[in-house]
Amino acid sequence: MLGRRTIVRLSLVVAYVLIAVLCVTSLFNDNEAKAEYGDVVINNYSDAAGMRPVVFPHWFHRIRFRCKVCHADLGFKFKAGGNDINMLKIFDGQFCGRCHNNSIAWGVENCVLCHSGVPNMKTRVHNSTSDRLVAPVAK
Amino acid sequence: MKSRIQFHLVHVMALCAVLGLLVVGAISLAGTGLAQSKSPANTFNRLLKSPTTAKNAPPAEDGVHDPQNPGTTMLQWPSEAFTEFDKSSDGNQVDWMSILRAGKISPWFEFESQTTEPFLFDLVIVREVKGSMPNVVFPHEAHTQWLDCSNCHDEIFIPEKGANQISMAAILLGQKCGVCHGRVAFPVTDCRRCHAQPKTPEELRALAEKSNWAKTSNTSTDQTAAPDKK
Repeated sequence: MLGRRTIVRLSLVVAYVLIAVLCVTSLFNDNEAKAEYGDVVINNYSDAAGMRPVVFPHWFHRIRFRCKVCHADLGFKFKAGGNDINMLKIFDGQFCGRCHNNSIAWGVENCVLCHSGVPNMKTRVHNSTSDRLVAPVAK
Repeated sequence: MKSRIQFHLVHVMALCAVLGLLVVGAISLAGTGLAQSKSPANTFNRLLKSPTTAKNAPPAEDGVHDPQNPGTTMLQWPSEAFTEFDKSSDGNQVDWMSILRAGKISPWFEFESQTTEPFLFDLVIVREVKGSMPNVVFPHEAHTQWLDCSNCHDEIFIPEKGANQISMAAILLGQKCGVCHGRVAFPVTDCRRCHAQPKTPEELRALAEKSNWAKTSNTSTDQTAAPDKK
């Protein structure tokens, strides 16, 4: 059978390899930094309801609408997750539902087009300046 | 004795392996950094993480969209939409102002009507800032191309000269200009886009005279004098 010293040696080697792998993967694990600038993740209720969080692409909408249309005419506040949007309001024609009703844009039956985020992500504007500050802002 | 030497050898080899892997990782990271800027050690703010590693990544690879989600592959890629757009060095890598003025996009200004022209307001505000930093030039015209007066006034900015306390710290934390700039509109890493009006040579000379450097080099000046008195 294996001697005690051999077991110690083997476990030390395994530990070194694990540390190395962890170090290297932590260097490369910066996926969120690749998010398109201005992408908003909204996860007020999604996770709890068993849906993926919503990813809102600002860039896509900006090509078609000036900021005023959503942020003045439709009443969206300048705050990620600050509008307390839920599906009932959208069915009722508020917020996203003003356009996403199969007349201006595709309708709410296309769940997976909005609810497309990685589960358990926080509500925030990804890749924003405050997001990229190394020291997180005190909440 | 022999087994002890072997034991130490195993340690040394394992340590070398760890160090080797770390060096390889560091070199490849430095490589991606070098590809973006000439001097990664001297980027704008060392408290900010390095800039985005992949620009305009496809949804399935952008880290926020779930590749397992069936809808993710149906979404348009940003790079696909941006092919005809003028480039910029930050944010979406798109010069939004330039493509809007050139008519490459025609976004609606009003929800009720596609054809309503924006209500433009051509007033330039110059904010004098501390030190030798160029003053901030704020063009209302460019902002009213996108926004309504009510988006900023009076909640974010009081429309009165001297009534708004603005600092770069507040902006970095997402207040004042930082409500949009650094989140959706171009980020604050390009100082001169806002700090666009240089101080005059007279102002710079007056600043130099007030500074400690000028005082210590001139022994006849009173060192205890308040530096900011006008």
